[in-house]
Amino acid sequence: MLSFVFRRFLTAIPTLFVVVTLSFFLMRVAPGGPFDLEQPLEAKIMENLQKAYGLDRPLWEQYLRYLGNLVRGDLGPSFYIRDFSVAEILMQGLPVSITLGSLAILIALLFGTVFGTIAGLKQNTPTDYAVVGFATAGVTIPNFVVAPLFQIIFGLTLAWLPVGGWNDGAIRNVILPVIVLALPQIAVVARMTRASMIEALRSDHIRTLRSLGLGTRVIVLHALRGAILPVVSYLGPTAAALLTGSVVVETIFGLPGIGRYFVEGALNRDYTLVMGTVVVVAIFVLFFNMIVDILYALLDPRVRYD
Amino acid sequence: MTEPSATVMQGRSLWADARDRLRRNRAAMTSLIVLGIITLACLLGPALTGHPYDRVYPDYVKVAASVTAHPTPDKIVPAIERVASRLRAKAEDIRVEGDIARLKLVAPRAIDERSLAFFERSDLFHAAKVLAREDEGKVMRIEVPIQRLHFWFGTDGNGRDLFTRTLIAGRVSLAIGLLATFVAILIGVTYGAVAGYVGGRTDTLMMRAVDVLYSLPFIFFVIMLVVFFGRNFVLMFLAVGAVEWLDMARIVRGQTLSLKRREFVQAADALGVGPGGILARHIIPNTLGPVVVYTTLLVPKVILLESFLSFLGLGVQEPMTSWGVLISDGARNIQGASYLLIFPAIFLTTTLFCLNFIGDGLRDALDPRDR
Amino acid sequence: MPEAIFHIRNLDVRFRTNQGDVHAVKSVSLSIGPGETLAIVGESGSGKSQTMLASLGLIASNGSVTGSARLTGHELVGLGEAPLNTIRGRRVTMIFQEPMTSLDPLFTIGQQIVSVIRRHRDIGKAEARKEAIAALERVRIPDAARRIDAYPHEMSGGQRQRVMIAMALANKPDLLVADEPTTALDVTIQAEILDLLAELQREMGMAIAFITHDLGIVRRIARRVVVMRRGEVVEQGPVAEVFGNPRHPYTRMLLDAEPKGLKAPAPADSPVLIEARDVKVHFPIRTGLLSRVTNVVKAVDGVSITLRRGETVGIVGESGSGKSTLGRAIMRMIPATGSISFEDRALLPLDKAAMRPLRRQIQLVFQDPYGSLSPRMTVGEIIAEGLLVHEPHLSAAERDRRAAEALNEVQLDAALRNRFPHEFSGGQRQRIAIARAMILKPRVVILDEPTSALDRSIQKAIVELLRDLQQKHGLSYLFISHDLAIVRAMSDRILVMKDGRVVEEGETVPLIRAPREAYTQRLLAAAAEIGLDRS
Repeated sequence: MLSFVFRRFLTAIPTLFVVVTLSFFLMRVAPGGPFDLEQPLEAKIMENLQKAYGLDRPLWEQYLRYLGNLVRGDLGPSFYIRDFSVAEILMQGLPVSITLGSLAILIALLFGTVFGTIAGLKQNTPTDYAVVGFATAGVTIPNFVVAPLFQIIFGLTLAWLPVGGWNDGAIRNVILPVIVLALPQIAVVARMTRASMIEALRSDHIRTLRSLGLGTRVIVLHALRGAILPVVSYLGPTAAALLTGSVVVETIFGLPGIGRYFVEGALNRDYTLVMGTVVVVAIFVLFFNMIVDILYALLDPRVRYD
Repeated sequence: MTEPSATVMQGRSLWADARDRLRRNRAAMTSLIVLGIITLACLLGPALTGHPYDRVYPDYVKVAASVTAHPTPDKIVPAIERVASRLRAKAEDIRVEGDIARLKLVAPRAIDERSLAFFERSDLFHAAKVLAREDEGKVMRIEVPIQRLHFWFGTDGNGRDLFTRTLIAGRVSLAIGLLATFVAILIGVTYGAVAGYVGGRTDTLMMRAVDVLYSLPFIFFVIMLVVFFGRNFVLMFLAVGAVEWLDMARIVRGQTLSLKRREFVQAADALGVGPGGILARHIIPNTLGPVVVYTTLLVPKVILLESFLSFLGLGVQEPMTSWGVLISDGARNIQGASYLLIFPAIFLTTTLFCLNFIGDGLRDALDPRDR
Repeated sequence: MPEAIFHIRNLDVRFRTNQGDVHAVKSVSLSIGPGETLAIVGESGSGKSQTMLASLGLIASNGSVTGSARLTGHELVGLGEAPLNTIRGRRVTMIFQEPMTSLDPLFTIGQQIVSVIRRHRDIGKAEARKEAIAALERVRIPDAARRIDAYPHEMSGGQRQRVMIAMALANKPDLLVADEPTTALDVTIQAEILDLLAELQREMGMAIAFITHDLGIVRRIARRVVVMRRGEVVEQGPVAEVFGNPRHPYTRMLLDAEPKGLKAPAPADSPVLIEARDVKVHFPIRTGLLSRVTNVVKAVDGVSITLRRGETVGIVGESGSGKSTLGRAIMRMIPATGSISFEDRALLPLDKAAMRPLRRQIQLVFQDPYGSLSPRMTVGEIIAEGLLVHEPHLSAAERDRRAAEALNEVQLDAALRNRFPHEFSGGQRQRIAIARAMILKPRVVILDEPTSALDRSIQKAIVELLRDLQQKHGLSYLFISHDLAIVRAMSDRILVMKDGRVVEEGETVPLIRAPREAYTQRLLAAAAEIGLDRS
């Protein structure tokens, strides 16, 4: 088990390296630079700025320096949000994104599996159709439609909840964004659970259980244990994506998470900030892939650690 | 015994079976029809609404959606008075009869007939006609035909017809969906089939590359591509297609791997059929099912992605538009002009719904579990 | 006969499908006495399994059941799931054909047995576990106290079937329904399982309803038999009576379906076609980060074989013996070492392109007629595909004519050649596969279990077809099978394989009558127990 984790860790490092390298050079060959403002800066000031941030050096040197700093855990200063280091910016935003993301994941897992199980058990009944309809709506209606609609309904018309803002993570402020984040995931998880539930219920070993007089409770337990496997592998990358923030939800609800920094950073050519977010996201993705593999091995005895 | 029988019975291919099963799927068939109507409307509609998609009606900014024609009766008199004041005249004796308004313009000085063009320049009227001149041209009786316009979905913040724009946006969104999907399928199928069929180290290496691309933050990747290609409609969605092929490659590779182990492929191998023949006759026809299903599910995904990029302000540029652009515009105007959000959203979600139902229907039709 | 414990009266089962209703079981009546073994025999589609599944309320959700099935006075048909569950697993239980899929792979066998025991008896976990161990010991699982915590995938097929039996008998039921429980197993294991069931029946006294397609098994285990065909009971009575003096033509046909006779021997001086010496197929197993070779599976380990013109060599072995791998190695479909020559031409040094023209001389017919035909090609296209490679100059019309000819040769209507494989039955598909091999007029055909997936009566027809074709075209066969009865009917000589090596080799009749090696003796004894006639 430990050696399995260690080996997965070892394979993650080259992947991370490739991701960092690819992103670094992709970012740099893109036209424009961090100090191209609407009014061009004086040549002298520009030169000084470039020098101060080391942008006057050859690209490969900048790259090696960045790698060196990265290994020491230094993500560098932000180019655009002056006087802040990238680490500071991310550290401020991450708790917000993680709070929202983890709540959304929990809700999705809970409601998704429950809805999916019920629909799978009651295949081709009105209950099933309702769940399938809801699930299809959940995956088709984009969150940038749902979010403003919720704002109209719950924020303005009914005035139950605030339209936006973080407010130090007050529950009232968190509810709408979490629901908007969770809805499509509930839908996907419900669809997957339903499909694998139906498949499981048709399987030979469930027939064995029925032939031995075991009731619905045991059968659901057995079927669910098998049905949860694909959900686990889906939720891994999804968790990584959700915990690192959603641009749309953070923009619409005006939340200070890190999701926005992709877009803002890329548009402003804030090289270090973008690289910082890329590194954080990649680490999350690799970490959760590893978690999925470990969970999978725990849940499915046929999978071995070697 | 050597002559083939005269009557050769026609067989039913698996495709024919699948088609029949799809026909029995009501949700999928309804979706197919609705999608057809939407597509047709988007293709032909903009020519029939009577409004060019980029025509600005300064007098009709943010007009709410309605079925009655504009201008509404209560708007006519104030509008005439407004135009009259531009002519430095006063409108008196205004009578509206059907689509024609008759009135008397009274001015301190003689009215220049050319300045009547102000009426035509307004979005509410056609060219005015002089009926009579009195008092050395200081008083003029004129007849102004009223221009009746319909804005079924209302107009946007620039005074453009939302109905026409929604349909034009549909063209763009659907075209983008198809184009990017086509690119994704092309890359994905080729990549996956090669990796799966060649196998061994090549396969490991190729799939490792896919894994790495998977752990790249996707949004970052797309943004970078957009930054590179600029806001060029076609190039941008070639780029989106170039990102979305990863899943396809995995699916096709998995299929190819499992097909390669199937006995009919081994049988062809034993017959001496070369790799080309095996791919063309045995592997590709059998991967088509999942590919078709995935394609139908990829189109809505790409449309959604385009909308998402447009929402971030990275999509299609004005005056061109797409559903995503309209929705993000609507989302900014939810207070007071929620129809700006609702109509494009209905079109987008209906299309996505249809595509999903068709995809699900195809999956059930092509992969019937209970036989 | 003592008072029956299980009565089926006028049972009907219908399935709603997209192609209309299917009447799977038609007014079936039968009964089983206490402690009795009743065999229900029939070919695929006879409704034998559906009859019992329907009685226990286990059919698929699109099925409906009418009629009556009474177990010790309790009516089961129409009973709700909850009351049924107090009977199933307690008074009547069932074991199934597929030992690989019938147990939940995600739970230990102990968890599964304990949940069955505790479902029906109000006892604690520890006590139930003790009972579960006892149940495993009863089915002769060695080291049961430790093996109880194993997962199904850690056990062999035969052991899993034992676990299934342990589960089914854990609550000492009155009736055990066994649905082809040995069909998927090797012949020696099959015999062990049948012995075990007989012993347990003596110990515990339950009645057994044994569903099978294998008349040999019926003879061996049952006193009474019910013969079913297309959902109907065609005949029932004591085994000796029904089999000794069958009244229904279908029963007679079934009894007659055992392949009979021997192959006419090939002339002794016929030329050698295939000469294989010391063939080895080793698969390295790589593990760890650096893909080091940590182990080698010796699938075929030094086998030599000679095949003459007009001769059939049977290769016999249980699963994992390497017999199929050997066939594929000779065809150069997997890498091998040693030497293989065809008409004095060494095959192993040839590359893929050089091998291609030779492929028409050596053809292969697979076991699974459902998997070996490309599902999206018409039968005509499938059969003619070899011509595309080996006679590319032929026109489309000419290829079509040849395909029709080949279909006629395997006794199928040539008018069917525009149809697709899924429109044919298993036996017809196997004929199509044979036609595909024959169209190239090969010298050698490697037949890899060509009859194993088929019903006995169809097997016989395929065997006859293969013998006719051999006679007509002077073919040589390499006949790979686990089924000794069929191998005997087909072969001049037999090779017995085990763990990648040849255990024994010899002329068919003497080898079957008087095997020298212990393994062959065991194999033949097991086969004889379920009906192989060794005379």
